[in-house]
Amino acid sequence: MSTTTLDGTSIPGGAVQRDTGLARRRILVDRVIRWACVAATIIGLLFLASILGTLLWRGLVALDFLTFTAEFEPTTYGDPDAPRGGLGHAILGTLIQTALATAVGTPIGILVGTYLSEYARGTTLGGTVRFVSDVLLSAPSVLIGLFIYQVVVLPMGGFSGIAGALALAIIVIPVVVRTTEDMLTLIPNTLREAVVALGAPKWKMITLVAWRAALSGIATGILLAFARIAGETAPLLLTSFGNNVFSTDLSRAMASLPVAIYQQANSGFPDLIEIAWAGALIVTLGVLLINIAARVVLRKRI
Amino acid sequence: MSATEQQTATETTKETTKETTKETGQQGFGGVQARSGVAINAQSRISIRNLDFFYGPTLPKALKGINFDIPERQVSGMIGPSGCGKSTLLRVLNRMYSLYPGQRAEGEAMMDGVNLIDPAVNINDLRARIGMVFQKPTPFPMTIYENIAFGVRLHEKLSKPQIDERVEWALTRAAIWGEVKDRLLTNAMGLSGGQQQRLCIARSIAVRPEVILFDEPTSALDPISTLKIEELIDELKKDFTIVIVTHNMQQAARCADQVAFFYLGELIEVAPAAEMFTAPKHQKTQEYITGRFG
Repeated sequence: MSTTTLDGTSIPGGAVQRDTGLARRRILVDRVIRWACVAATIIGLLFLASILGTLLWRGLVALDFLTFTAEFEPTTYGDPDAPRGGLGHAILGTLIQTALATAVGTPIGILVGTYLSEYARGTTLGGTVRFVSDVLLSAPSVLIGLFIYQVVVLPMGGFSGIAGALALAIIVIPVVVRTTEDMLTLIPNTLREAVVALGAPKWKMITLVAWRAALSGIATGILLAFARIAGETAPLLLTSFGNNVFSTDLSRAMASLPVAIYQQANSGFPDLIEIAWAGALIVTLGVLLINIAARVVLRKRI
Repeated sequence: MSATEQQTATETTKETTKETTKETGQQGFGGVQARSGVAINAQSRISIRNLDFFYGPTLPKALKGINFDIPERQVSGMIGPSGCGKSTLLRVLNRMYSLYPGQRAEGEAMMDGVNLIDPAVNINDLRARIGMVFQKPTPFPMTIYENIAFGVRLHEKLSKPQIDERVEWALTRAAIWGEVKDRLLTNAMGLSGGQQQRLCIARSIAVRPEVILFDEPTSALDPISTLKIEELIDELKKDFTIVIVTHNMQQAARCADQVAFFYLGELIEVAPAAEMFTAPKHQKTQEYITGRFG
């Protein structure tokens, strides 16, 4: 027996009336939020534009052929006929150290990422390894520099390019681990089963099919890791310290772009500061180009 | 009418009724066209005895004491409602469950006197002899040629011309050679769904297995591709023992020589296709075939 007071034959609330006040407030709130989002975007873009603008304005002035080819020369302040220096030594040093770091860190990163995705999915050990890798990913890079200082620089008795490369490699590893694991996890299990059903052992399934399927994603991860270490300063200050001449000797201190920018900007001399701006522009453009290349690679493969 | 005349009349009527029943019998329930009721006399390729399967250590049995014979060079169909264990049984035969920790099978699946479930049996050799085609066509991210050569290279050391020959043979046997012979070195991902599935079948054939397992091979395809693949299966059974799982009863009736009906992890009935779809012996089978459930 129903105990409701409604008679069940008509819609409660009287005649249907839309509250126009409510609708107007809703439209207003919608507009406010939309404009707030636009404003925030504009502010962010303004900052980005101002940084890029300053870099271009200050950096292009000092950028010329000499910047890329000459090595460091002391300031021309007070002696206008002195030879003008460049950043060639720093560019060479950065290229050597980042290439070595990528070559060392990438295989380790790929193997750990493969382990996490193919062998340790869902296990406690896998979870722990992933956690440690993520912590390392966001660790302050100066700590990594300090660690390498203790472990490599002190026993070797001095700063060296190899120490710098090792510090950068430690920064590369967690980036590649994360990308490799994510890309491999994306591969559907149906593909794995199809390979294994032909009689392939698990390692062949991974190396011959899974890696090939995830290749574009892993390549993007490596490029992004490369772009990141190209701009790292703190670990290099403690490990390879910087040099003023062209050098390919890994057992001695080696120059790098970020360290050279730091040292020359700190010198106080206007012409050296100009060269530092040019260096900053080179680093930024280099990283930008690598990021664009990474996106192009990803889009082409997919 | 005299008594004898009545008798003859009744007899004639009985005969006519019997004939009519036989005709409609071939039609089966719901107009299902079944193969002729030739008894399966071939010897058994795989004999399954008391097979149990568990999806996890604490989960109940997914397969309960299955006893089933798979005859040589015939098509054995497995039908049943969703979750009845037919795909599970198929995947036990080539030990697919070894990919997933926690899943285990107990019992016997005897092939040539060897129990396939025994962990001592080398799993890659097993999978070379028992191939599998899955529901979703999965071409490898390589060229068409590489897709086929991949399986061959896993098990045999052949020279390039020999591999070329094997690739051509496999693609011809899978009725796709004419469509791809000019594009062997293009990426396999560019093929259509039906072509990809035939490519997967060619891939399985190239390894020259003895048994091929089909897990709902046409459920993701359009009717024309489905027809092509069913014709292909009919061709293939001359050389390979075939087991096909399908949720489409009409497909089982068209393709299979013997049909097994599964329900809730148990094998309810096994019969030649004509018999299964015209005069099933078990109550549950009849209910499933007439569409009462499933």
